[in-house]
Amino acid sequence: MTDKKELELYLHIPFCIRKCNYCDFLSMPADEGVYIQYADMLLEELKEKASVCREYQAITVFLGGGTPSLLPEGQISRILGGVQEYFSLSPNAEVTIECNPGTLDRQKLSAYQKSGVNRLSIGLQSAINQELGLLGRIHTFQQFEENFALARDIGFQNINIDLISGLPRQTLRDWEYTLEKVMDLEPEHISAYSLIVEPGTPFYETYGEDEQRREQGGHPQYLPEEETERDMYQRTKALLEEKGYRRYEISNYARQGRECRHNIGYWRRTPYLGFGLGSASLLEETRFSNPSSLKEYLEGNYTRLGPVLHKGPSAKGTGAASEREWQERQTEGEGYWKLSREQQMEEFMFLGLRMAEGVSKVGFQAAFGINMEGAYGKPLQEFQKQGLLAQQGDAVFLTEEGIAVSNYVLGGFLL
Amino acid sequence: MAATDQSKIRNFCIIAHIDHGKSTLADRIIEKTGLLTSREMQAQVLDNMELERERGITIKAQTVRIVYRAKDGEEYIFNLIDTPGHVDFNYEVSRSLAACDGAILVVDAAQGIEAQTLANVYLALDHDLDVLPVINKIDLPSAEPDRVIEEIEDVIGLEAQDAPRISAKTGLNIEDVLEQIVEKIPAPGGNPENPLQALIFDSLYDSYKGVIVFCRIKEGRVKVGTTIKMMATGASADVVEVGYFGAGQFIPCEELSAGMVGYITASLKNVRDTQVGDTVTDADRPCSAPLPGYKKVNSMVFCGMYPADGAKYPDLRDALEKLQLNDAALQFEPETSIALGFGFRCGFLGLLHLEIIQERLEREYGLDLVTTAPGVIYKVHKANGEIIELTNPSNLPDPAEIEYMEEPMVSAEIMVTSEYIGAIMDLCQERRGIYISMEYMEETRALLKYEMPLNEIIYDFFDALKSRSRGYASFDYEMKGYARSELVKLDILINKEEVDALSFIVHSGTAYERGRKMCEKLKEEIPRHLFEIPIQAAIGSKVIARETVKAMRKDVLAKCYGGDISRKRKLLEKQKEGKKRMRQVGNVEVPQKAFMSVLKLDDR
Repeated sequence: MTDKKELELYLHIPFCIRKCNYCDFLSMPADEGVYIQYADMLLEELKEKASVCREYQAITVFLGGGTPSLLPEGQISRILGGVQEYFSLSPNAEVTIECNPGTLDRQKLSAYQKSGVNRLSIGLQSAINQELGLLGRIHTFQQFEENFALARDIGFQNINIDLISGLPRQTLRDWEYTLEKVMDLEPEHISAYSLIVEPGTPFYETYGEDEQRREQGGHPQYLPEEETERDMYQRTKALLEEKGYRRYEISNYARQGRECRHNIGYWRRTPYLGFGLGSASLLEETRFSNPSSLKEYLEGNYTRLGPVLHKGPSAKGTGAASEREWQERQTEGEGYWKLSREQQMEEFMFLGLRMAEGVSKVGFQAAFGINMEGAYGKPLQEFQKQGLLAQQGDAVFLTEEGIAVSNYVLGGFLL
Repeated sequence: MAATDQSKIRNFCIIAHIDHGKSTLADRIIEKTGLLTSREMQAQVLDNMELERERGITIKAQTVRIVYRAKDGEEYIFNLIDTPGHVDFNYEVSRSLAACDGAILVVDAAQGIEAQTLANVYLALDHDLDVLPVINKIDLPSAEPDRVIEEIEDVIGLEAQDAPRISAKTGLNIEDVLEQIVEKIPAPGGNPENPLQALIFDSLYDSYKGVIVFCRIKEGRVKVGTTIKMMATGASADVVEVGYFGAGQFIPCEELSAGMVGYITASLKNVRDTQVGDTVTDADRPCSAPLPGYKKVNSMVFCGMYPADGAKYPDLRDALEKLQLNDAALQFEPETSIALGFGFRCGFLGLLHLEIIQERLEREYGLDLVTTAPGVIYKVHKANGEIIELTNPSNLPDPAEIEYMEEPMVSAEIMVTSEYIGAIMDLCQERRGIYISMEYMEETRALLKYEMPLNEIIYDFFDALKSRSRGYASFDYEMKGYARSELVKLDILINKEEVDALSFIVHSGTAYERGRKMCEKLKEEIPRHLFEIPIQAAIGSKVIARETVKAMRKDVLAKCYGGDISRKRKLLEKQKEGKKRMRQVGNVEVPQKAFMSVLKLDDR
């Protein structure tokens, strides 16, 4: 259809009504004036970056947060209008918006649909109101149910629901209850994450020590035992599979053909561009991020693509200004990071192995010109011997046991 | 310089209990005599090792030559030798004293005489030095100079009524000290016309000058071109340079003659040709006999030192050789461990000495080390009459062949204020001390004497003493031969594999307790694996303690999207970095840290 290169777009909306107790994402409360300023800047960034990405076609768009659904629907329409105006967007592109219950209404959902959104990702986290309170969520399960029904009514056919397991004082039964309630609604996709107690969050203050105790093999006081967490994880897979959801990545489950294409791109290393505060990009085997200060971003400080696209000898031709800018950013530690061939191989493995179908030996050979055994003979052999890794035809993938201790296995693929 | 009047030279050192202000006084003397302007003056000029400044202690003796114009209008040359204050470094003190004619004894006006004060005074008197008491820190609100003066007279028997009362910190009455050095410390003897006879009291290796020999000229003279001979090693060489010690630099001069302190560089090829304590003479006109050396102290504490990276073994050997050059008390010989590979069994004066050497190897030579638990020399009497001096527990013969074992004992003197006597006696009791006596020095302070096994004090006796007396106890010890003892070898098994580097010798009465603590500590240090790891302490085939490192059942990063990838990489890299610092014991990866964490087991 087109010989343009594939590209994914991620747009970050860093605003929330309040920050949840476990959240370490880049998000903050702000007022409506800031929303508009921010949307303006996103549009400027879209236009600027699109102007140097003519040889790319966007195949997915993902509006993530924060809470994108907090923005007035007019701003979302403006932003998506910008995407369509500046970028070449594939006709069957997957366009997702993240929403939180308590910020949705019919008007917003219709506006999303009119702007080309064809996938919703709703942050529910739990079907138990007490747990929602503990997490610091602003909504109840009943509010979510209403929102979900509304979305179906308007015609959304591709909906994801985010859930978190392993909450303080959560039992296996509690978790099963949440899963059952959610499955009753028959969403197309479910993301089920195990709680990560991140430094800098209120949860870390309360449960950080508990988490460390568990990590060192001790008994936690509030958090579920390691063994319980393992059970929760296995139970999730078993319950969801009964209802026709397949686990296609460590924490992601979908009905046939409803896997999130955008996220698969991250694990398969499809190039992507991030827009907005703190968002990350991978382009021409280079990783880079936008600044994480809102003030800086609103002043027009976002990472330019010049140094990435003008590679090789022509890089010198980009002029002193961008050279200097590149240098400066590198010393700030948030500069461009050109991945070496080895690092690309490492990523191929440690990202690809997150997927249930694993990594392809043929794909590895095609990408790097050497076979996978040549590069990773020892870990491949050892992990298979330990029953953590398996092979079937062209595919190498993590076993159930391997998934449970995947950090240990993935670490073995650093060269 | 050749014409220096011998009667105008004063060679002296400063001795004191640790923290009584020795180095501060040295600095003040240097400043007052104008050797350095105060702008050049850096706090504690003589402690020039980074480590010394950091720890606030003197490790190596340092020497400096200064000129003082006295009230009598004459110029005097002072050779000031700073000495370490810690019991581990008595050896260094002893070396420095041999180069001096007198000693300034610094006593803290608030704390009075401490265990090291006494030990140092006895050392100085052994060397026939005139001791000049100085009362320091009289600016402190708690200062009681009169009481301290009385104490010096009563306890040591030194005339102290006109001892200068100073504050080295503020510089108060420093002139009194300088004047008394001139008046009370004798000028050096010796005749410049006699055959050369010089005592080597230190040496160091300089990458430009080669071996630099520090010496005190007792008789005769030495200058560039003199062919010198080392009387003990027999090495001879032509002198390339002679000179004296400026502040932090070597200042060449024409010759050194009787009574002077200075340095010699010569065409010496091998660092081992110069032994501290040896006598230097003129090869063409040798003196009749070497000078008496001085009390040589042998290593008392031993441990294995291994490079973290096995390829650095030759570097570790080179570094140890260089350090040994001016630290004769450091001993080492190669050894091999199943767990740790190639390394050295090293001997030290004490635990502080061990720590200092370890830190110097790490900082000055950039080596990453793994150290095994320190031990002492045990005497193993075998049934066949053979006696083995055991420094490495792994070499202990089969128990069936052993008739009995002996361990080194020390006589310990502890000075403590009366309120803590009970606590300190308890401590000594726990450490298998045998009570000898208690004398009251004054109403509120007593001198406790105990006989104790050395292996009970090498770990953390100092720390325990300080914490149980809130810092009010001071301590000194000397070797007191060997005593028969019920000793056993405690082995540690990780996942059923014996780890040779973790074995140690312990008294049978404390074996259980130590074994239990070792297992607990190792449990904390060994990361979880995919399987369960038993950690056991055993005597022979009998397991006396056990802990288990639970198997890791879950280690997953739930989320990994566009913004998480760099972070994920960092996490994995950290994990990989950690693995590099592991030693393989069977199929268990043991962090190098674990081998050393067992050094500090006491949690009191």
